[in-house]
Amino acid sequence: MAELAVPKTEAVRKRPFLNQRRREALTGYLFASPWLFGFLALTLGPMLFSLYVSFTSYDIANPPHWIGLQNYQFIFQHDSDFTKALGNTLWYVTFKTPVVIVTSLFLAILMNQKVPGIKYYRTIFYMPTVITGVAAIFLWVWLLSPFGLVNNILGALHLPQQEWFLNPQYAKTGMIIMGTWYIGAPMLILLAGLNSIPRHLYEAAMIDGAGILRRFWNITLPMLSPTLFFIILTNVIGAFQVFNSAYVISTTAGGAGAQPGDPEKSLLFYEVYLYKYFGLSQMGYASALAWILFIVVLAITATQLYLSRRWVYYEGG
Amino acid sequence: MTAAAPDAPQTVSWYRTQSGAELLQRVATLAILSILALAFIVPVIWMVISSLKPIQTVFDNSWLPPMTSQGWPVPIPHPQYFSNFSDAMTLVPFGTYFKNTLIVTVFSVAGSVLSSSLVAYSFARLRWPGRDFFFVLVLATMLLPGIVTFIPQFIIFSKIGWVDTFLPLIVPTWFGNAFYIFLLRQFYRGIPQELAEAARIDGAGEFRIWWQIVMPLARPALAAVGIFAFTGAWEDYFGPLIYVGGDPNNWTLQLGLKAFETAAGGGSPLWNLIMAAGLVVMIPVLVAFFIGQKYFIEGVTLTGLKG
Repeated sequence: MAELAVPKTEAVRKRPFLNQRRREALTGYLFASPWLFGFLALTLGPMLFSLYVSFTSYDIANPPHWIGLQNYQFIFQHDSDFTKALGNTLWYVTFKTPVVIVTSLFLAILMNQKVPGIKYYRTIFYMPTVITGVAAIFLWVWLLSPFGLVNNILGALHLPQQEWFLNPQYAKTGMIIMGTWYIGAPMLILLAGLNSIPRHLYEAAMIDGAGILRRFWNITLPMLSPTLFFIILTNVIGAFQVFNSAYVISTTAGGAGAQPGDPEKSLLFYEVYLYKYFGLSQMGYASALAWILFIVVLAITATQLYLSRRWVYYEGG
Repeated sequence: MTAAAPDAPQTVSWYRTQSGAELLQRVATLAILSILALAFIVPVIWMVISSLKPIQTVFDNSWLPPMTSQGWPVPIPHPQYFSNFSDAMTLVPFGTYFKNTLIVTVFSVAGSVLSSSLVAYSFARLRWPGRDFFFVLVLATMLLPGIVTFIPQFIIFSKIGWVDTFLPLIVPTWFGNAFYIFLLRQFYRGIPQELAEAARIDGAGEFRIWWQIVMPLARPALAAVGIFAFTGAWEDYFGPLIYVGGDPNNWTLQLGLKAFETAAGGGSPLWNLIMAAGLVVMIPVLVAFFIGQKYFIEGVTLTGLKG
């Protein structure tokens, strides 16, 4: 293939109307065409199609049947699981994000100290991030089972034991405990952010007599704010889309007969709830639900972008 | 690849510090890090221990190896340690699941690496009208909840008869992935232009420059993308659940593992067998991680940098 490229370029060069700039532009579009095509065929097109489908009753086998706003009306007025699922998801986003940010920032700061063996700690803290499959979810169901290791350790420390994934009050907390195992990526990104803060800022502050807390508040946090913003933004969006872990946990921990979202719908997160209607081939209803989630996430992302101007510090900008 | 810190710490032994307070701080840091590291690694160790136990002792939360009747630990190369693994592997057809997963993974990795690299080259090194606008669009798609495209995609794939084949899991990877495009574009922008310029003067086309000059120079970044794509495809649960869930002959390891849990689960799950099966499925990913951890870490770090 590489040999073919040469004569073609030579031939093109002889044509006067295809000057250097135009030729480069043509090549640029050609090289970007997989993504451009994918964007139209797998993202933009499907999105518009699903917007249309959300105003219809559609089961794939039969053509979509226009019903106007009925799907949306039913969701907001009659579907109590919608409120439940949205509430669960908002709870999860609200509590998981700060836990992830604080834990990963704490670890990154520790690892940024001059201590030996950082390489090994980095490996250990990042390792869980690569094991996200069903096996890892099973591992956590086992660790947090009533007779599992976590309760065993809690018992040894004379702390109250819980039934975690079997108790609707603690099931989501169990998922957040599991979530703290996956802080490898934010930790590494924050560590890189900490590394890029110029040392002379700290030295100047120390000469001025600033203590450790003051240096953290006035140097580390502002310099790190773009990185923190990026992590918060991506983590919030990710937490809204929780599916695999909740789906597998609720159908595993509860044993035979457990429904996705159990116990008592405490793990009925938005996408688990949406998946039910997908499984029932109610594509119109499921699309309406997907668009509601999309608009909620979009609104939250836009709000965050707007608010970021007040707290994110961009050097030279 | 990793940008050197503006003032890298001098290479002196960590314990040679000026003050006792500083040394104390380092020892405390080290102690906290070690405790946390232990907490992070214990789940995996516990998985291994559970997978080796017979069902009678799996719930006793003991860290000790199995004992013989004389009170000695059972020596390591003893069939007892491996019976869980052989039992787990024969309960459901893991061979088929492994083969299916391998097919999906190989073609997804190839697709992700090649397409994302080509597109990233266009964004990083070629000038064309609308480029910056489209690059913002690439970044914006990273923030898009996948659920909003998944239903119509499913409808399309079912209309063209691709459901219950591997095609919906493989073909989309050949159109570039926003995250990988971003990562590779960052890397390509850091490659010196001189080599490409020289090749251009010698009459090489852009395709040839990309394939013969930029691709070899970008090996670490391509390795990072490849390794992300590998773990992504290997551990994907949602995609296979949607597209090949209906036909057990097409199940991947993740679906097989869930089915295995149902077979070995029920009222009182056989956690020793489930952990053994889980470990077998997890091992390729762990091996990839330990071989390629440098690329993982550099790849993640690269995504955190400001464009």
